[in-house]
Order: sequence, then structure tokens, then C-alpha cells
Amino acid sequence: MNQNSIAVDVENVVKRYDSVTALHGVSMDIREGEFFTLLGPSGCGKTTLLRCIAGFEDVTEGAIRLRGEDIAPLPPHRRPVNTVFQQYALFPHMTVLENVSFGLRRRGWIEMDAEARAREVLELVQLKDFAQRRPGQLSGGQQQRVALARALAPNPEVLLLDEPLSALDLKLRQAVRVELKQIQRETGIAFVFVTHDQEEALTMSDRIAVMSEGYVQQIGTPRDIYEAPLNRFVADFIGETNLLDVEVAAVSEGMAEVFLPGGLALRCPAAASAVAGRGHLSVRPERISIGPKSAETLPATVTDHVYLGTDIHLHARLVDGEPILVRMQNSESSGIPERGSELGLRFEAGAARLLVD
Amino acid sequence: MIKPLDLRRFTGFRALTILCLVVLYAPLIIVAIYSFNDSTSITRWGGFSLKWYVDVFTGPDAPKFRNAAINSFTIAIGAATCATIIATAAAVAMNRAGRFRGKVASLALINLPLMVPEIVTAVASLIFFITIGFKTGLMTIFIAHLVFCIPFAYLPISARMQSVPDVYEQAAMDLYATPWEAFRLILLPLMIPGILSGFLLAFIISLDDFLITNFVKGAGIETLPTAIFGSVKQGIKPNIMAISTLLLGVSVVFVTLSWFIGRAGQSKN
Ligand SMILES: Nc1ncnc2c1ncn2[C@@H]1O[C@H](COP(=O)(O)OP(=O)(O)OP(=O)(O)O)[C@@H](O)[C@H]1O
Ligand SMILES: [Mg+2]
Repeated sequence: MNQNSIAVDVENVVKRYDSVTALHGVSMDIREGEFFTLLGPSGCGKTTLLRCIAGFEDVTEGAIRLRGEDIAPLPPHRRPVNTVFQQYALFPHMTVLENVSFGLRRRGWIEMDAEARAREVLELVQLKDFAQRRPGQLSGGQQQRVALARALAPNPEVLLLDEPLSALDLKLRQAVRVELKQIQRETGIAFVFVTHDQEEALTMSDRIAVMSEGYVQQIGTPRDIYEAPLNRFVADFIGETNLLDVEVAAVSEGMAEVFLPGGLALRCPAAASAVAGRGHLSVRPERISIGPKSAETLPATVTDHVYLGTDIHLHARLVDGEPILVRMQNSESSGIPERGSELGLRFEAGAARLLVD
Repeated sequence: MIKPLDLRRFTGFRALTILCLVVLYAPLIIVAIYSFNDSTSITRWGGFSLKWYVDVFTGPDAPKFRNAAINSFTIAIGAATCATIIATAAAVAMNRAGRFRGKVASLALINLPLMVPEIVTAVASLIFFITIGFKTGLMTIFIAHLVFCIPFAYLPISARMQSVPDVYEQAAMDLYATPWEAFRLILLPLMIPGILSGFLLAFIISLDDFLITNFVKGAGIETLPTAIFGSVKQGIKPNIMAISTLLLGVSVVFVTLSWFIGRAGQSKN
């Protein structure tokens, strides 16, 4: 299948419940074979969108197309899409094998073939010795893998995963991330993965859609999202960042001319649709370097430092009182500046970015 | 932390509890004991014997009791079965069909028989059957029993269904099961404890109903409770104690079974 052809086309989807609007005209294309993540804080509509794709909710407006076909008229059991539910929802009265072959049986596979395919998928998730167990006799991590196997077995066109790792403890979660990504690559099935954990999204995804309050804020690769956030919400939600209040003199051809607190002028990339006036500059803390005060640096006063082993967090204040965070690598050459000392901050090339508010 | 209220410390609470238990259970125990009495007297103990049990099955009253027992069990099984099916359907509608108009009214209607005084239902049923010209007999008993059995079957079934999250059925439909298959293969098996529990409860309620049965039964048709009542009116013989003890035994077995099934279902997930 062509890497760039569209698996799911979500077009202007609005979902209204009685009084709440959960989705305000959401659009996105999910490509064949890609690991696509819906990322956003609690209540932003991630589950709602997933349920619209799976068919458990009707969209109020807009359309969802699966490989070009509008799926609005199809009930959930007619959509070639499978879901890994957040609480797994393994059938407690069936064995692992029966759970995994359930979808195949419903699709009319004869028992022998369904069982063979189920065993194959169980092997993929490394659970082939657990076929005869009941879900109640498995650990959380094993249940999660059964849920994955059950959804993968019928070889869906798209796999939907609603925070499948949130019930696992941290250590296990990190191991499963790698495994999940590997399975996605091996099967070549498009995954739509829901999470509110930005680290999870950054490490696993081919592309991420950042959502907030029913709107899509930005869609892009993890690198795009992290390094070129479109607006304040995205910059703030993804990783740590400094948001500086600046005076924007001019914006043209994707570059902006801004004045930092203290009057220092800076030329930096600007998000599309940024305009002149007051604006916010995003500067990642690890891309600021410190040195002695000079005419080309941004003056700051150290207020505190936090020793974190590999890193040192330096808290400082700009001349207008705005706090700023600097992350220094902990190396022998770098002394830790004293509290109260005056420094000059320098932004690495392209480290600062003007955002849309 | 505040210590939980200790009821035992209230003066007289223990005595009151014992009094209640005695009033409740002493008669049952005495009946059970005296059913093994060798004497024909119902008050004097004449040694242990099973002769009244033999009498129930072979004595002069045996055909009467046998017919009554057949009627009772036929009606109880039929009414409980139908009530269970109706109650299951009602529970699906109440718990799975989302909101619909008249939902609260439906719930009230299902449970109404629990609240209406039984004598009122009895009289009303009789008048109803007479008005529509329905000949009283086994059929009228069956219909009346079916009606009051429904809420008893409904309660455990609905409670059980509420404890099964609907994500299971969604998972089934996500895996290409039609709504009917999702019900048959997922929801129904998960509800079995509730359904059995509901059936047993309905069965026992039907088996020992006297009041309504007495009103709507036709002449010459008896169930066990009405047959026993009929015999008692002609003087209490020890064989009544034997048959009452048998009935008590059946009730205890069924109620216990219902309780255990309900509990087994709860601990399973
Ligand atoms: N059935 C419903 N009826 C009414 N409002 C709903 C319903 N389902 C969701 N909502 C509302 O829609 C909004 C989006 O909910 P949704 O479950 O999609 O959030 P989410 O992004 O998945 O959050 P979380 O990370 O907490 O799971 C919320 O404000 C929620 O209250
Ligand atoms: Mg959610």
C-alpha cells in the first residue's frame, strides 16, 4: 500500500452532545501505515473522535472517510476498524484464545483457521503460552497485549488505541512503547493512538495531532511539533518551554523582528499567521547558553538553581521581572552560577520562535 | 477516627433482637420438629417417626396433595420462566437502550406489583377475569402469578446488568458482532448469575403464593398453599406439618441457591 495514500480522512467533524460541543470542526488525514497520535489534555475530545471513527457515536456535522468511503451509514460492526479499549474490555467468560479469535469468528472464519490466526497473533505479542487462560488470570501488561492481539487479529484497515498504556506502571509502559511501535511497523497497519502523555507521543508517533478543547491545534511530525510549535498552547503543552512576552516589530516571509525585554533586537522564525504587535516567543530551555553580560546578550539575574544529575536547571529573571528557565548540561567545565549573579543569555540559532497567541 | 456505632451497647437491643428471632423462627422450628412426631396429637411428643411423611405420599389425602403439588410446580416453573424472559427484556430496555420517553413510568410499572397490597391485586384480578369472561382455572392462576413474578425476577437481573459495563458489548460490536450477537455471546453469558437468581426468586414467590391464587383459582383447582389451607380448616393434622416442612425445605434450598449464584457471579469479575 502506498505510504502516502489516505487511510482515514476526517473532514470538519463536529460532535455535539446535548449541551457540550466535544469536537468543533476537526479535520485530519491519517495515512496508510502510519503511527498517528491524538495528543491533548483530558476532556479535549480525543476519545470522542476515536468513538466517531469506530462508530459508537454519530458525527453531528462533517464526514469521516475510510479509504475514500464515507462510513457514516455503517454501524460499528460493519466498519473494518478495531479498537483497543482503555480498560481493555476483554471478555471475562472466554479464554485468551477465544477472545482473540472472536472477531475472526464473527467475520465467518471457520474455527480451525480462526484459531490458527489467533495463535499467530498471540505469538506476535509473545503470549502464545497463555492461550487457555482467562483474562482474570493475567497481569495488567498481559491483558493489554491480549487486547492488542484481539484487535489486530482481523487485520483491520485502521487500529484505534485509546490510552492503552495508561493502566500500566511506568517501567512497563516504557517497554511496551517500544514493543507497540515495533508491532505497528511489522504489521503496517495505520494506528490512531490516543494519549495525554507528550513524551509517549513524541517517542512513538510518525505524526501527532495536538488537540485542545475540541479543536486541532497543530498536526505534524514530533520534530515539527516540538521545534516549530504553531501557537502558545502547543509550545506550552509539549515539553518545557519559556514563553516570553515580546514586542514584534515586523513579520515577513516566516521571519520576525522582535524586541526582547531590555531592548535587545532578535531575528527569529515566526509561526505562519503571526502578526506584528505584542506577541509570545517560545524558547526551549535547553537551547539557551549562558555567558558574561554584553551588548549582544539578554541580561538576566539568577534566582535559583536545581541540580538534576545530568542537567542543571537555572532559574533566572529578565529585567522586566519575567522568569526564564535555562537547562545546562552538567559538565566539568560549566560552573554553576551563584544565586543573584548577573548573566548574559544567548539563544542558539533558531532556538527562539514567534508564536500565534 | 470515630468508632462506628455499636448497636450492641444499646440497652435492650440484644433482648429485642432475640425476641424478634424467636417470634419469627420458633413456629417454623416447632412445625419442623413436630412433623416427625409419632403421635397423632399436634402438641404432645410421642417419639420420632416418619409416618406423617409416609402419610403425605400414601395416605388418604395423598392424591389431593399430589395434584396440588403438580399444579404448584407447573405454574411456578411456567410463570417464573416467562417472568424471567420478560424481566430480561425489560432490563435490556431499561439499562441498555439509553434514554427514551416513559422510562421512569416503565420502571414504576414494572415494580408496581411490589407496592400494591396483595389483597387489592387479588380482588382486582378476579374482577378482571370475570369481566372479560375468562374461565377461572389453571390459566388464570398462571397469568396472575406471571404478573407478580416479573418484578421479583427483574430486580436481580437488572442489578446484574448494571454491573456489566457496556464496553464489553461495544468491544464485541467493534469485533464485527451484530447487536444480537453481542447480546447473545457477551451480555447474556455475563448476566447468567442474575438471570438464575431472578428465576429462582420468581419460582419461590409463585410456589408459595396463597392470597392471589385463592381468589383466581377455579373451583376444584388447588395449589399446595390453598390445599394446605383447605386441610387446616378441617382441623390440623400432623401430616400438614410434614407437608409444610417439605415446602419450607424447597424454599430454603432455592433461596440459598439464588444467593450463592448471585454471589458467585459477583466474585467472578
Ligand atoms: N456521552 C457524553 N455526553 C455528554 N458529554 C460528553 C459525552 N462524552 C464526552 N462528553 C464531553 O465531551 C468532551 C470530550 O470528552 P472526551 O471523552 O472525548 O475527552 P478525552 O480527550 O478523551 O479526555 P480524557 O483524556 O480524559 O479521556 C468532554 O468535555 C466530555 O465531558
Ligand atoms: Mg478519553
